[in-house]
Amino acid sequence: MDKLNLGGKLFDSRFIMGSGKFDPELISACIDEAKTQIITLAIRRVNQDQNASITKFIPKNITLLPNTSGARDANEALRIARLGKELGCGDMIKIEVIRDSKFLLPDNYETLKAIELLASNGFIPLAYMMPDLVVARDMVNAGAAAIMPLAAPIGSNKGLSNKDMIQILIDEIELPIIVDAGIGRPSQACEAMEMGCAAVMANTAIATAGDIRVMARAFGKAVEAGRDAYLAKLGRVQNKASASSPLTGFLGQ
Amino acid sequence: MKFIQKTDPMEYLEGQEQINSDIMQRVLEAANSVEFDKFNATDVEHALSKDNLNLNDLQALLSPVAANYLEEMVAKAKATKERYFGKNIYLFTPQYIANHCDNNCVYCGFNVNNDIKRAQLDEDDIIKELKNIAKTGLKEILILTGESQTKTPLSYIAKACKLAKRYFDIVGVEIYPLNSDEYAILHASGVDFVTVFQETYNPIKYGKIHLGGNKRVFPYRFNAQERALMGGMRGVAFGALLGIDDWRCDAMCTALHASLIQAKYPHAEISISVPRLRPIINNNRINPRDVTECALLQVIAAYRLFLPYANITLSSRESEYFRDNVIALGVTKVSAGVSVGIGEHGGKDDENKGDGQFEISDSRDVEQMKNAIKNAGLTPVMSDYIYTGVAK
Ligand code: SF4
Repeated sequence: MDKLNLGGKLFDSRFIMGSGKFDPELISACIDEAKTQIITLAIRRVNQDQNASITKFIPKNITLLPNTSGARDANEALRIARLGKELGCGDMIKIEVIRDSKFLLPDNYETLKAIELLASNGFIPLAYMMPDLVVARDMVNAGAAAIMPLAAPIGSNKGLSNKDMIQILIDEIELPIIVDAGIGRPSQACEAMEMGCAAVMANTAIATAGDIRVMARAFGKAVEAGRDAYLAKLGRVQNKASASSPLTGFLGQ
Repeated sequence: MKFIQKTDPMEYLEGQEQINSDIMQRVLEAANSVEFDKFNATDVEHALSKDNLNLNDLQALLSPVAANYLEEMVAKAKATKERYFGKNIYLFTPQYIANHCDNNCVYCGFNVNNDIKRAQLDEDDIIKELKNIAKTGLKEILILTGESQTKTPLSYIAKACKLAKRYFDIVGVEIYPLNSDEYAILHASGVDFVTVFQETYNPIKYGKIHLGGNKRVFPYRFNAQERALMGGMRGVAFGALLGIDDWRCDAMCTALHASLIQAKYPHAEISISVPRLRPIINNNRINPRDVTECALLQVIAAYRLFLPYANITLSSRESEYFRDNVIALGVTKVSAGVSVGIGEHGGKDDENKGDGQFEISDSRDVEQMKNAIKNAGLTPVMSDYIYTGVAK
């Protein structure tokens, strides 16, 4: 069976849901319709009283992938990760280190330091980063368990703006490559999966859809379709027509 | 205490830190050169077609002709807000811990010449209030005082903030401007957000309505956000009191000021408030007459489109009806359970100890606000934040 292996845990679904838009309806739609098995969650949102905590809306069989959003440097990421552990969030954690409040772009330099720091402190860190092969290799060496490049600025719904760079990561890095942020349409999620991404994450695209449930379903199907296409091995894209009776057919053995 | 208007509002007073920044100059240049009447429909349409707006686009959206495009502006503001913030609406409440003030701002009920009941909460009062507010489920609090360095010195405010940090995830202050090292002290006391309203960006008008006290110094106030960030704060809030001067120009300056700070301090979290003048005790001539709800909505939409990532706070100065409708259209934060008097959170049997700064319009409590947010199809959020400082 084709399973996603993330930090040693196996999943059937390759559609990861972000909970940043905080809407309980969104979460249930993604679980029911898109068959999501992993939901990312900011630790700063778990740190709530019982009534308001977003964890209340997430069923127990769903894997929570906590993140360090709110961290501006490696030390803050570690502090947040430790807090997450105290709150029962486990060891696997998506590292988000952002020092840009305008576009919310991850800071690769500090993220790398955070991966190193968290890995040496016993965490299983996943690297949310700008797609950059050189840094991604360093992330692997520093102990990352997955590379999560952004496809386009978060919330932009612009799709695979960084397609070429992501393809290079897929081709060169052995860890799962999970596209995270920027995916705006199911077709873009499908394309990312066709390219060979291990999983796709989305949030805004579904949260801002006219019908959240139907859009969640569309994303679930698109991710599956893209994965199937990848496994089936896509036909080669050719610029020239390939004649069904080859021009060289006259050549004898 | 009476002040005689002697000092030049553009001159720093002794002890006020001067920093190396050209942001004020750039904002004032924009204010001097803007002509809102020169914009036409094409300018507005062009601005509405863009993702990243420049100053010219912002001015077009605040111009008189943009009023014809209000529906379109608001629709785009709503979509933009959802892209950045989803359906979240954050809740907070202000806590006034004192209403002493050494300043003389003609539009404010706390001004030193106004005959009101003055009060200042002591440590026990503050704890009592904090506990009562925390019981409502709120996680964010904004500590406010009047502006009196003598009656409410930094040490007093820092102490109150430390107490507040025990009960709340997010502590902000709206107090008199400080030097950067003083902001650092507050930051170490658990504060991460600083609000300073410039009131008006017209220095001449500013001098006319701030008759005395430290607040009279325009540039010191102007650079407060920058000093706060230098002191380690995570975020800063801006606001012009719309209705004091030309609201278009003041709104333009507010947004430009915020965007220049953002460019210089990319990590800074930016918030903007949109207060209109409210009637105050003992002066019924003050009214937000010239800033209509349409104008206010135009400002909110223009802010949202120019600064899509910024929080926009809508206070309880506005009516229930207006707030219920506007929460879905671009704002991200509303106050709830507001009492502007001193010591009013102390419990039902408690007398209010000191008079409030202005009259509020929307007095709904936290539960009622949460329901209003849900009824608008949105999600009330108490906190979305971790303090990574060290206060304990
Ligand atoms: S606006 Fe502020 S500084 Fe001015 S009188 Fe009121 S409380 Fe004092």
